[in-house]
Amino acid sequence: MLRYTLKRLASLLISLAIASLVIFAVIEVAPGDPAAFMLGLNAQEDTLAALRAELGLDQSKLQRYLAWVSGMVQGDFGTSYQYRTPVSEMIADRLWVSLPLALYALALSTLIAFPAGIYAASRRGKTGDVAVMSATQLGVAIPNFWFAMMLVLVFAINLRWFGAGGFAGWDKGFWAALKSLTLPAIALALPQAAILARVMRSALLDVLGEDFMRTARAKGLSRAQALRRHGLRNALIPVLTILGLQFSFLLAGGIIIEQVFYLPGLGRLIFQSISARDLIVVESVTMLLVFAVIVVNFTVDLAYAIVDPRLRQRQ
Amino acid sequence: MSRALALGGCLTVLVACAALMSFIWTPFDHAALNIPAKLQTPNGTHWFGTDHFGRDIFSMIMVGARTSIAVAFVAVGIGVTLGVPLGLWAAARQGGWVDEVIMRGNDLIFAFPSLVIAILITAVFGAGAVNAIIAIGIFNVPVFARVTRGGALPIWAREFILAARVAGKGATRISIEHVLPNIANLLIVQATIQFSLGILAEAALSYVGLGAQPPTPSWGRMLADAQTLVSIAPHMALVPGCAIILTVLGLNLLGDGLRDRLDPKLQAART
Repeated sequence: MLRYTLKRLASLLISLAIASLVIFAVIEVAPGDPAAFMLGLNAQEDTLAALRAELGLDQSKLQRYLAWVSGMVQGDFGTSYQYRTPVSEMIADRLWVSLPLALYALALSTLIAFPAGIYAASRRGKTGDVAVMSATQLGVAIPNFWFAMMLVLVFAINLRWFGAGGFAGWDKGFWAALKSLTLPAIALALPQAAILARVMRSALLDVLGEDFMRTARAKGLSRAQALRRHGLRNALIPVLTILGLQFSFLLAGGIIIEQVFYLPGLGRLIFQSISARDLIVVESVTMLLVFAVIVVNFTVDLAYAIVDPRLRQRQ
Repeated sequence: MSRALALGGCLTVLVACAALMSFIWTPFDHAALNIPAKLQTPNGTHWFGTDHFGRDIFSMIMVGARTSIAVAFVAVGIGVTLGVPLGLWAAARQGGWVDEVIMRGNDLIFAFPSLVIAILITAVFGAGAVNAIIAIGIFNVPVFARVTRGGALPIWAREFILAARVAGKGATRISIEHVLPNIANLLIVQATIQFSLGILAEAALSYVGLGAQPPTPSWGRMLADAQTLVSIAPHMALVPGCAIILTVLGLNLLGDGLRDRLDPKLQAART
């Protein structure tokens, strides 16, 4: 297990290193001088030079890359060109919206998908199964930002159950904040729930065909008992993997949904920074998202190996 | 023919026909502004209604289909032309360092949140259809490399490959002449799935303003225009949304249907 962990950890570090290089390179070739952008058209040459020096833009590419990476390791993400505030503070503020949103959506997705998948598997080939599977086909085809607009139309504009956008803030109370995240979370969760329900169903169907399930029935367990005690636990392994992947997808997918609901999360931060050419913010937020995805995948891999010892040996 | 295949095929042909048709005929000029006729709900003259500039939504949907299909098609093309040779190469050198490098590189691209990187690419290199295609296409490469390698490995263990080797054929020739035809079905199914994902990705990028730029119509941007008007003109959001859903649904059903039809083993297992 230690060997496996170390091996996965090494590949995690390599992935992070390459990812940081790629992101740095992409931002590097971006046209436009941030200093000129900040000071406007009438800036004097010496003021520009001074600002470039202050931002560290006069150093070589290698120096700046190393400074960026070592800063990030220490939790220093640089200073926003636009607001002159530490990027880490901006990110921390926004994370209080994006992270709860992703977790909320993940919870909803699981709550919808598990029962739906289990039900479909238990009714295999019958009307219930066909209905659930057709619904998931539709769910996969719906763009989540469009679904979000429809939710706003029905539940915010027509029924007035929710606000059409914006974020109440956690200081206004837990329930008020949660309420303003509800429609976005539903919009994010539904397409993901459709995928998860399909995975859950096919994982269960695979397990139901196993010999140990027949044995469980033979020793006198009812269908439901055998499913609960032996089937679910084994079916959970592939489902866990997808769940891990989905969390990173939800975190990144929130970017678009935040646009629909005007939520002050990481997504809006990225778009605002893009239009203001505040590239250091874009760079750091992108790296943070990639970091989150890579770390989540790593954790899922480890969890997988703990649950299923066969995997450790194969590696 | 299964119902999925029939329905999926019909929807896909319908969208493709609408896109092709738009080259020679649309009910109205898709870009013509007609302010007096703005925000009409669907009626006899404007079948899908008009938008806030009085443009005919039916015509815009037809021309927009062109954009969606073109972006998704080229993005799948990038994935196939780069991913399939990489996958074949990795399979031919199974377990060797080439295989290792290609597959680890794939894992790396998979680890990137594709949407974030697509946004980064289009934001830095400029918003537009071409950059959107590249951003979507890059993430198709590892998908096709992985599917190709996965499909090719069992083929390499078959007797007819051994026979070809004995006949003196090199790895490249075997890959092209014997492996590729045997995994073509697999690739067609995967291409259909990636095509539908490409359409969704293009819509998302256009929605946030990073896809095809005006005056090129695109379904995603039509939705972005509709957003502020959704309470007074819901049809502006409903129509492009349904166009996207039906196209993606059609392609997914087509992919499922093709998989069942092309893989007899799977069909036997399902029934």
